[in-house]
Amino acid sequence: MKKVYSRPKSLKPAHFHYCPGCGHAIVNRLLAEVIDEMNLRDSIICVAPAGCGMLLYNYFDIDCLESAHGRGAAVATGIKRVRPDNLVVSYQGDGDLAAIGTAESFHAANRGENITIIFVNNGVYGMTGGQMAPTTILDQVTTTTPAGRVSGQAGYPVRMCEVLAVLDGTSYLERVAVHKPAAIKATKKALAKAFRHQMNKTGFSMVEILSPCPTNWKMDPLRACRWVEEVMSKQFPIGVVKEVQC
Amino acid sequence: MKKLMSGNAAAGEAAVLAGCTCYFGYPITPQNELTEYMAKRVPEAGGIFIQSESEIAAINMVLGASVAGARAMTSSSGPGISLKQEGISYLAADELPAVILNMVRGGPGMGNISPAQSDYLQATRGGGHGDYRTIVLAPSSVQEIADLMPLAFDLAEKYKNPVVVLGDGMLGQMMEPVEFDHIRKPKSAAKDYILTGAKGRPSRMVRSLIFDVKEQEEHNWKLSRKFQRIEQNEVRYETYLLDDAELAIVAYGTAARIAKGAIARLRQEGLKVGLIRPITLWPFPSKIIQETSKTIHDFFVFEMSAGQLIEDVRLSLEGKGRVHFYGRPGGVIPTPVELFRIISRHYYQAQREKKS
Repeated sequence: MKKVYSRPKSLKPAHFHYCPGCGHAIVNRLLAEVIDEMNLRDSIICVAPAGCGMLLYNYFDIDCLESAHGRGAAVATGIKRVRPDNLVVSYQGDGDLAAIGTAESFHAANRGENITIIFVNNGVYGMTGGQMAPTTILDQVTTTTPAGRVSGQAGYPVRMCEVLAVLDGTSYLERVAVHKPAAIKATKKALAKAFRHQMNKTGFSMVEILSPCPTNWKMDPLRACRWVEEVMSKQFPIGVVKEVQC
Repeated sequence: MKKLMSGNAAAGEAAVLAGCTCYFGYPITPQNELTEYMAKRVPEAGGIFIQSESEIAAINMVLGASVAGARAMTSSSGPGISLKQEGISYLAADELPAVILNMVRGGPGMGNISPAQSDYLQATRGGGHGDYRTIVLAPSSVQEIADLMPLAFDLAEKYKNPVVVLGDGMLGQMMEPVEFDHIRKPKSAAKDYILTGAKGRPSRMVRSLIFDVKEQEEHNWKLSRKFQRIEQNEVRYETYLLDDAELAIVAYGTAARIAKGAIARLRQEGLKVGLIRPITLWPFPSKIIQETSKTIHDFFVFEMSAGQLIEDVRLSLEGKGRVHFYGRPGGVIPTPVELFRIISRHYYQAQREKKS
């Protein structure tokens, strides 16, 4: 009998801590598959964030550093400049990348650092219990927007791919999602493409991944996936936002 | 061969000669000459220079370069160092080497750009959040800046801990003859803690989040044991005319330099005054102060702050002797004559009390 599905080699035999239906587990798995398929285990250095994604170093059998909240792009800059031949990836959430770490993300992109950011956008601060994130959409209820996010009081959801697209240093920015099989396949392709951009030294690359958070959205996993399709992806259109020649 | 250089530039030259290949910094007075020097000198030597978007980014770039195996540094002044404290705490927690130079100015808040010693407590107590210490080196001349920079990198790597070099605006901006001939590049030693991609070895992780409280406690005790080793092995200080002294000044950095000028005048007048100059502010040279207290009753703490070093002198004396104090905060640079007058008064008062 042929084995058609198994644990990627770059994942340790550990259980994910992610909640049922969380997109992080899918993104972790996809990242591991891409690392295996592109034979990157020996060269990748991954920067983990503060937030739900931070424990990825417990799951991946690769060199990992845990960054302070929001500083991933700065830390990755330091690593990449010293080790230009390694693949340097910063894994970050929406609060990490687009709130407390906006300056670090923006300027690493503007310098055209040859790093890749995997940006998991689930519209809330997951690990701290579901507070409003910069990407929380209008009227979305969170623990700190109990009546829904109101623009006059709490601003608007930030489209980071579009923000960074205006910078000359960025080479590849794509928004994908992990709420249905076709989207998951596209996400895997986008990760591989981002890594190829980094290997070809074209500049800063980022894959923004719309990701369900059933626990903090107070939805069952299926409804959360439908919400990504019907609501979230209207605010954050899926597709390539920018790509220079690789 | 001696060159005439500012303290800021000398710090940069010494760092490069000592194998610093990465400098990340953000403009702030009075240390801009260093950032500007490094912008030219580091790339010339084949290294990496980035003018960062912020102090926070700079210290995190240092952390990234350090975990990648490079000798890395940043520099700033008071307000910028406050911003860097987050990263310094992470460097200490992750046990990563780094050198941070602080050319202190008058504070708090924005303060001014004049020389001060107002960041003593911030530097010597860790400064950021959590249970940690940084080694703090306090030069008092441009030559000593050049001498201490290589030591800062060596100690940072030896103990895998951030090292702070604490100067001030005067040390940074004044020019003095300085020579670098004695500085040697470090022998390249394999570092078993850095991230290089896990080729041919088990993967590594560098982190400071430890959910298990027992594990976190053990990590903190491990750091604490390291800090004890540093306290045992790395205390550095200078004593000056202490043998026959009846009053001992305790001062560091620029203040110690001024104190030496005052001592020259005091000695001319026949006043037996000596100096204890801590070179490591942490670990603090408590033992020499304790030993001195066996023969000298009066200690005179002089600093360019409203009183910070004095806490460590008092702690060292454990209630013995008497502590006199003269401080000028806010960026005022006292003159040796001013200090001479103040110390004379305290000295004669102590003599009179001794007789009665």
